[in-house]
Amino acid sequence: MTLLIEQTLNGIQLGLLMFLLAAGLTLVFGIMDLVNLAHGSLYMFGAYFCASFTAWTDSFVLGALLALPAALLLGVVVEVIVVRKLYRRDHLDHVLATFGLILIANDMVRLVWGPDGRRIPLPAWLNQPIFLTPDLPYPTYRFAVIVVGAAVALFLYWLVTRTRTGMWIRAGASNRTMIGALGINVEALFTLVFGLGAVLAALAGLMAAPIVTVSIGMGDNILILAFVIIVIGGIGSIKGAFIAAMIVGMIDTLGRALLPDLLKSFLSVTAANTAAPALSSMAIYLLMAGVLVWRPTGLFGARG
Amino acid sequence: MAEVSPPGSAGVSPAHERAGGPRSQDILKVEGLVKRFGGLVATDGLSLDVREGEVHALIGPNGAGKTTLIAQLSGFLRSDAGRIEFAGRDITLLPAAARVRLGLARSFQITSVLRDFTALDNVALAEQARQGHSFRFWRPARADRSLRGPAGAALDAVGLAHRADDPAASLSHGEQRQLEVAMALACDPRLLLLDEPMAGMGPEESARMVDLLRSLRGQRTMLLIEHDMDAVFALADRITVLVYGRAIATGTPAEIRANPEVRTAYLGEAEGG
Amino acid sequence: MTWRGRIAAIVLVLLGLLPWYAPWLDAAGVISQKFALTLMTRVLILAIAAVSLNLILGYGGIVSFGHAVYIGLGGYAVGILAHHGFTSGFLQFPVAIGLSALFALAIGALSLRTRGVYFIMITLAFAQLVYYVGVGLEPYGGDDGLTINRRSDFAGLLPTRGPDKTTAFYIVCFVVLVLVLGLVHRLVNSRFGMALRGAKSNEPRMQALGISTFRYRLTAFVIAGAICGLAGALLANHTEFISPAMMHWTRSGDLIVMVVLGGMGSLFGPVYGAVAFLLLEEFLPGLLKIGLTWLHDGVAAVLGPGAGALESWLRLAEYWQIALGAILILVVLYARGGIDSLFGRSRHG
Repeated sequence: MTLLIEQTLNGIQLGLLMFLLAAGLTLVFGIMDLVNLAHGSLYMFGAYFCASFTAWTDSFVLGALLALPAALLLGVVVEVIVVRKLYRRDHLDHVLATFGLILIANDMVRLVWGPDGRRIPLPAWLNQPIFLTPDLPYPTYRFAVIVVGAAVALFLYWLVTRTRTGMWIRAGASNRTMIGALGINVEALFTLVFGLGAVLAALAGLMAAPIVTVSIGMGDNILILAFVIIVIGGIGSIKGAFIAAMIVGMIDTLGRALLPDLLKSFLSVTAANTAAPALSSMAIYLLMAGVLVWRPTGLFGARG
Repeated sequence: MAEVSPPGSAGVSPAHERAGGPRSQDILKVEGLVKRFGGLVATDGLSLDVREGEVHALIGPNGAGKTTLIAQLSGFLRSDAGRIEFAGRDITLLPAAARVRLGLARSFQITSVLRDFTALDNVALAEQARQGHSFRFWRPARADRSLRGPAGAALDAVGLAHRADDPAASLSHGEQRQLEVAMALACDPRLLLLDEPMAGMGPEESARMVDLLRSLRGQRTMLLIEHDMDAVFALADRITVLVYGRAIATGTPAEIRANPEVRTAYLGEAEGG
Repeated sequence: MTWRGRIAAIVLVLLGLLPWYAPWLDAAGVISQKFALTLMTRVLILAIAAVSLNLILGYGGIVSFGHAVYIGLGGYAVGILAHHGFTSGFLQFPVAIGLSALFALAIGALSLRTRGVYFIMITLAFAQLVYYVGVGLEPYGGDDGLTINRRSDFAGLLPTRGPDKTTAFYIVCFVVLVLVLGLVHRLVNSRFGMALRGAKSNEPRMQALGISTFRYRLTAFVIAGAICGLAGALLANHTEFISPAMMHWTRSGDLIVMVVLGGMGSLFGPVYGAVAFLLLEEFLPGLLKIGLTWLHDGVAAVLGPGAGALESWLRLAEYWQIALGAILILVVLYARGGIDSLFGRSRHG
């Protein structure tokens, strides 16, 4: 039973992490209609920045706090130099150009940080278990991820639904020529949104870093999962991204945790261990296919 | 004598013979069509019929829902309620391409041709579609005389033969609209839905288009949306007036001109009374 | 013949005659014969895959981001059958092609109803799905891949071992490429091709003519998948190895790059693209080193020892993917028509 609770919490934690990554992607997509394959690279840079700053300052928290503005700066620079020129192009051009950005990003990281991965050591207070109930220990760090993730999710909700910036963002999603005509600086808004997406991706990356290791191309595989999430949730919908991320996080975690034992009853141990993660991944893709067949624009897709 | 139907039951014309005219069948029967976009009701219980062989014009102020109606009739929009019957067959749920194969062709209000192809290619594709399926993988289509011949003839009929080998994108606006009509004709339709064929045309081009449509009168059944009142009154056998998604009157041009409701709702407003 | 046609013909002839002039190049010290043939065989095979993608992407406007999956399916068909002792090419190749066609039918039927980015994403996701199946297939190597011990046997017609193996296989791949080019040429100019290209140009217009575009796009999708499966079977023979990594979505990205780089929607474009892409991959580090050496010498002439050691400059050449990525971005922004467009404009759309 404790195992189930623990795995459920892990699923929530993964879901929130994926939500952070997917939220940035769906915002950029929904507002600028931009397919950004390099979003996973921003995730990677967040992790690497954090690794360096943590090593500098000897504090994970400081390292994380410094990595975020660095990521924002990186996002803004990339937007101004390359991304900006893509808004008028079709999606194929977005895919190709951002694919080029991935190539550059991976090699840049190799140039600056070297080909080996990095580890981010956690401070002692995060490294010990926290007792949710007297019989239920849970890694403090994962719990912290849940707290931070939930806080950011609430912040995004507040930002988009209750602030003027959020209103501009939502208006921009429906009709960007119109908001330009209303006197809002569309260029600046787009740069802001892209920067926000970069920060969210970087946050996801640096929070994931102590759990997975920091390595080149770490964003490329998880990017696909993020795309699957926003497709399931509906492109442009933060609410959809949240719900889809939670579902995907649960399926992936519970699948990996429970399937091996299930499969061991009729497969060899090695086969079961290889097949289980593959099966949970497959389940997620099948879910996406199912959603698209039923609702071609996702669960909460804004556009027809 | 007056065939103008009372408001509310507009569109349901008596099926008796008109004096001196041949017995006509309804090629298109629309009953109680409804289309909503969120809170906006674009088509509000519209009923309409088109008789075989006639030119039936659809007029009404902007926002009356004319293009929405064409989109529903041609299958590009799914109606929320109502029934569409074409040549005796219920086509309400039939997809657009299938309706064309039954003989219901349309032209677009905003010119929509295949810009990367030549004018001849455009019409040849229409002819290709008319001839059946396109699962032929080997013979080059551009060398196929059974396509090029009829396509050339259709272009000739609309007066575009001299532009046959030019890319459609290089045609003037008016020529592109002529091309649209040629393509619609090449489908050999039983009913032609024309959405503002003269949109954006200057007086000379408009006159040419009116001549073209006049030459088709009697050979083709047409449902025509147009704003150009002179053209409408010159071409139409019957006119239906659309206001706020409903047909408020149907009748001959003379009857419509005389109808007081129509005058106030549409023509009358321009005269200030 | 137009200039474009002449250049394409020259390139084809150069490719076809390679086995005959490779020994000269070897003797002249330019490049080892074996290396040249091996590299160019890979180019030919990926050109076949790129031509198949161009059918749907360039002519059909269908942005499939999961095309590499058929390379994997074709390859695994050969690999798995060989693993179980069925080494006859007459069995393996039809299975490879048939399996790919079947998957393309399933994926296409589900995906082609969606539009725009949803379509791109769903093809990508289905490709990843198959990728994960490959990773999970522990008896066939899973993530590590599957070694193929014996090449496809075509009743002894094709030498599968020994000195002639490489040359013979090169010729086979070249012939397949030429046949595939011929097939695609016929397809895109037929009535079917017109329907497909019309759908790319203006889909509502096609519907308004009475053409149900879905069935033609699905057919094109299946044909493209089948041809790509053939490429996969050839690749498995060439590398004598197959792994899920060959199906990863980034490989599909490579294929798209080849098609766009070479010139979308032109018959020979993907061949240029495959050649350019693979030669860049192979020789860009070397080219960069040459360029960096010149630069270094130039800077050293001005700054003297302040320019730094040549080695540290040359080490930059290791990061050639930065240059590749930059080239790609520049092509997308400024040279969108690809290599083929450099040779002149096409007559028809």
